Amino acid sequence: MTTNRWGRFADWDARPLRLDKFAKEDPARGFAAMWSPSDPKPAIAVEGGHVAMMDGVQAADFDMIDRFIATYHLDPAVAPEAMAIPALDLARRLVDMTVPRAELVRLAHGLTPARLAEVVGHLNALEIAFAYSKMRARRTPGNQAHVTNAKDDPLQLAADAAIAVALGFDEIETTQRVARNAWSNALACAVGASVGRWGTLFQCSSEEAEELQIAMAGFTSYAETVSVYGSEGAFVDGDDTPWSKAFLAAAYASRGVKMRATSGAGAELLMGFHQAQSLLYLEARCLCLQRAMGVQGTQNGGIDGAPVTMSVPGGARELMAENLIAVWLDLECASGNDARPTESEIRVGAKIMPYLVAGSDLICSGMGSILKYDNSFNPSLINGEELEDYLVLQRDFEADGGLTPIGEDSASALRTRALDAISAVLEELDLAHPTPQMRASVAAASGSNDTDSFTPRDAGRISAAIRARGITVVDVVRALAARGYRAEAENLLAMVRLRLSGDYLQTSALVRNGRVLSAINDPNDYQGPGTGYRVGPERREEIAGIRDTLDEREVLRSQAIFRKAEARRAEYRALGRATPGEGPAEVVIGISPAFGVQLFKTLAGEGVSAMLRAVVEGVRAGGGAPRVVRMHHTADTSFLGLSAARMSGSGIGIGLQAKGTAVIHHADRQPHHNLELFSNAPITTLDHYRRLGANAAAYARGDEPEPVVVPTRGEALGARFHVEVALLYAIETGLCREGAEPEEIAVDFMGAA
Amino acid sequence: MIEPGVADYPLAETRPDQVRARSGKPMDAITLDAVLAGEISMEDLRIDSSALRQQAAIARAAGRATLARNFGRGADLVAVPNDVIMGIYDLLRPGRARSKDELLAAARTLRDDYGAATVAAFVEEAAEVYELRGLFRFRF
Repeated sequence: MTTNRWGRFADWDARPLRLDKFAKEDPARGFAAMWSPSDPKPAIAVEGGHVAMMDGVQAADFDMIDRFIATYHLDPAVAPEAMAIPALDLARRLVDMTVPRAELVRLAHGLTPARLAEVVGHLNALEIAFAYSKMRARRTPGNQAHVTNAKDDPLQLAADAAIAVALGFDEIETTQRVARNAWSNALACAVGASVGRWGTLFQCSSEEAEELQIAMAGFTSYAETVSVYGSEGAFVDGDDTPWSKAFLAAAYASRGVKMRATSGAGAELLMGFHQAQSLLYLEARCLCLQRAMGVQGTQNGGIDGAPVTMSVPGGARELMAENLIAVWLDLECASGNDARPTESEIRVGAKIMPYLVAGSDLICSGMGSILKYDNSFNPSLINGEELEDYLVLQRDFEADGGLTPIGEDSASALRTRALDAISAVLEELDLAHPTPQMRASVAAASGSNDTDSFTPRDAGRISAAIRARGITVVDVVRALAARGYRAEAENLLAMVRLRLSGDYLQTSALVRNGRVLSAINDPNDYQGPGTGYRVGPERREEIAGIRDTLDEREVLRSQAIFRKAEARRAEYRALGRATPGEGPAEVVIGISPAFGVQLFKTLAGEGVSAMLRAVVEGVRAGGGAPRVVRMHHTADTSFLGLSAARMSGSGIGIGLQAKGTAVIHHADRQPHHNLELFSNAPITTLDHYRRLGANAAAYARGDEPEPVVVPTRGEALGARFHVEVALLYAIETGLCREGAEPEEIAVDFMGAA
Repeated sequence: MIEPGVADYPLAETRPDQVRARSGKPMDAITLDAVLAGEISMEDLRIDSSALRQQAAIARAAGRATLARNFGRGADLVAVPNDVIMGIYDLLRPGRARSKDELLAAARTLRDDYGAATVAAFVEEAAEVYELRGLFRFRF
C-alpha cells in the first residue's frame, strides 16, 4: 500500500463486500457466465423421426446426457420448426405479452440446449425478469423455508417448523448435522408443521435411499435433492446417471411423493468437469435433461454453485437466465436464492428483487427461517436474521413473496403449542422425555445457542429408535390424538392422505387452504396488465400488516407521556398581542403554535421546555436579550424565524418548532434563505440549541460567529423519523389560523436547567 | 373408465369416491377415527397405480408428455417392493454393475416378477448406453 493511497479504498476494503472474491472472466477455465467460445453452435438434424445431430454432435458421438436429451426431451415433430426460428425472434416472443406462454412452451420442446442458452442470452436482466414472470408455470407465487438447527434438536425443529408454517411458507425443508439423525428431524418437523394449519409440504434432505425410506414412512411429502449435472464427468462423480436419476424420479412417483430435481450453474465448474463451456450452456443441458426425465420441476438457479457464479461478470444475470429456461421448459422452478452468494447486504437485496416482483413457484429454495448458524444447509440468501426485511420488501413493492407477517403473541403461542405437541409424541412413543425447562428454553430462544435442550447425540438415539421400531406417520398421528392434540393429528393425517390422489405430483403443486393448487388448475395466464397473478385486497392487507406501525394515536400517546413532566418544568403565560421590540440586543424566539400546548417532546426526546430554555440561556450568554413570541399564523420553521426576526429590535430572530427544528433568521432575508438552520432535529442536542442562541446574539451584535454545525453520522433520519414528523407537523398546522397575530409569551422555567 | 383430462383435476375434489389407496381402501375412509380404531396402516396411505395412470393422462392432456411418461414408470413401480427398488437404483449408479448382464437381469426381474414392462425397457436402454459410454468401470 502506498502512503498517498486515496483513503476511500481503505474504506471500501473494510466493507463486507470485500470479503466476496471475484473471478477474472476465463472461459477456458470455466469462468464464463453466459457464453464461451467452447459452447456449441445451436443446430439439429432430424432423420427418420430421430435426432441425428444435436448442437453439432452426431448421434453416434452423443454422451449420455446428449442421448437422454435427444431421446426424451426433443420432439422431432417440433424441432425443425422451432430451430428454424431465429434466436432473436424467439427472445422477443418471450417478452411479448401477446405471445401466449403455451405457444412458447410448445416450441421449447423442439429447442436444443445451445439454442435455449442463445435465446435467453439476448435478454437483459429486466427482460429476463419480465419473461420469467410471464413464463412461470403456476400463477400464484410461493416460497420455501429451511428449518434446521445446529443441535438437530427435535424440540426446536418442531417450534421452528410451526413458525415457518405460520409465516406462510408452502414448503419446508430440513436436513441434519449428523446424517443418522434424519428420522428424528423428519418426525419433529412433521409434527411442528401440523400446528396451526395443514398443507405445508415437507422434505428431509438426506442420503438418497434413506430419504426415500423416510418418505415411505409418511413423514415427508416431497423431495428435491435429486441432483443432475451438465457434463458427463460431473454426473458420474455425482454418482448417478440420467437413467438412475430418472428411475429415482419414478420411484418417488410410485410412492406418491412430490419430487423435483436440482441443478445449478457452477456445479460442473466446482466438480472439475466444465468442458470450458459457459455456466448457462451447461445449465441448459441440465434443464433439458430434467424435462426429459419427466420430473415436474427443478430446484435451479445456482443453488450450491450460486456463490461461484456470482463471482464472474454477469453471474446474477446468468442465474436469472437459467431460471427462465427452466420455466420455459414448463418445469416448476424453486428458483434458488438460497446459498448465500455474498456478504454484501446490498447484493442480497438486489439478488432477491427480480424474483420478488416477478414471482416464482418457490421464490427461495429455501429461505433460512432460522438463524444463519442454525442453517445446516449453510446460510441462505435471506435468513432468520433478515426475514423481516423481506416482509417489508413485500410491503414496499406490494409484491407477494409468499410470506405473511406474524405477531409476537401468536408466535409465542404457536411455539408453545408445537413444543407441547412434539413433547407429547416423544413421550407417548417413549422416544424421549423432554423437561419443562427444555421446552421453556426452546420457546424463548431465537437460535440453538440459547437453548438448553436435546443434543445431536440425543437426536441420534431418537432417530435410531424411530427407524429400528419402524415408527411411521400413523403412529405419530395416533400419539398426537391420544395426548389430546387432535387438530394436529387431523392436520398430519390430511397431509399423508393427499398422497392417494397423486394430485400434488403435477407441475408446480402446493396446498393452499386445504386445496391442491398447481399449473393445472392455477395456470399462469399472464397476458399483460390486469392478467396473471395480482395481489388482491385481502392479500394486500396481510402483506401490509407488519408489526410496529405508527399512527397519529401512537404519536399523540408518546407526546402525552411528556405532558405532565413538562407542566412541572415550564409555564407559558400568554400576554396578549406581541409588538415589535426596540433594543439592539433583542433576539425574538418564535415558537410554533403547538409548542408546549399539544406537543411536549422534540424528536431528540427532549422536553420542548428544555430546548427553549437552552436557546434562551444561549442568547443571554451571548449578551442578547431573549423574548419569546408564539406564532399562530404559521408553523413553518423559516416563517417562524423570519416573523420573529421582523419583530426583533436587532432584526435577528429564531424560529423554533416543537419537534426541534430551529432556524436563525434576519429580518431582511428571503424566507428560505436563513442564517443558520438545524434541520436534523433528532440528533440536535441541548448544547447545540444553547450555541444557536449564543450565535443569534452574536449576529445581533453584528459579529460573524462560527455557524453551529450538527454533526451527522449519515443516519437515515428520514426513515427513522419522517412518519412522526408528518404526524407532529400536521398537529402544528392544524392550529394555524390565517392572519392570526403573534402572541407575547412569558415563560417561567421551574427547577434546575 | 374414461381417461381424465385437465377439467377432472384435482381428482381428490372431482372424484373423491373413486380415489382408492393401493390397499383398496377409499380415500374418504382414511379418517382420524379409523386411525385410532387401528384400521389404517401405511399400505392404506400408499398411492395406487390407477391414480398414477390417471395423473399421467391429465399431464398428457396438459401438454406434459415427459411428466406423463414418468408417472407411467411410477405406476409400474407401485407393485415393486422398496428394497427391490433401492437395489435396482443402486445398480443403475455408475460402476455398480460390472457388466451389462447385471442390468439386463434386473430388467428381467422388473418385467417378469412385477409386470413393470416400461421400467424394464428403460433399464435395458440404460444397459446399452452404459456399455457405449464405458460406465461398467471400477469406481470404488
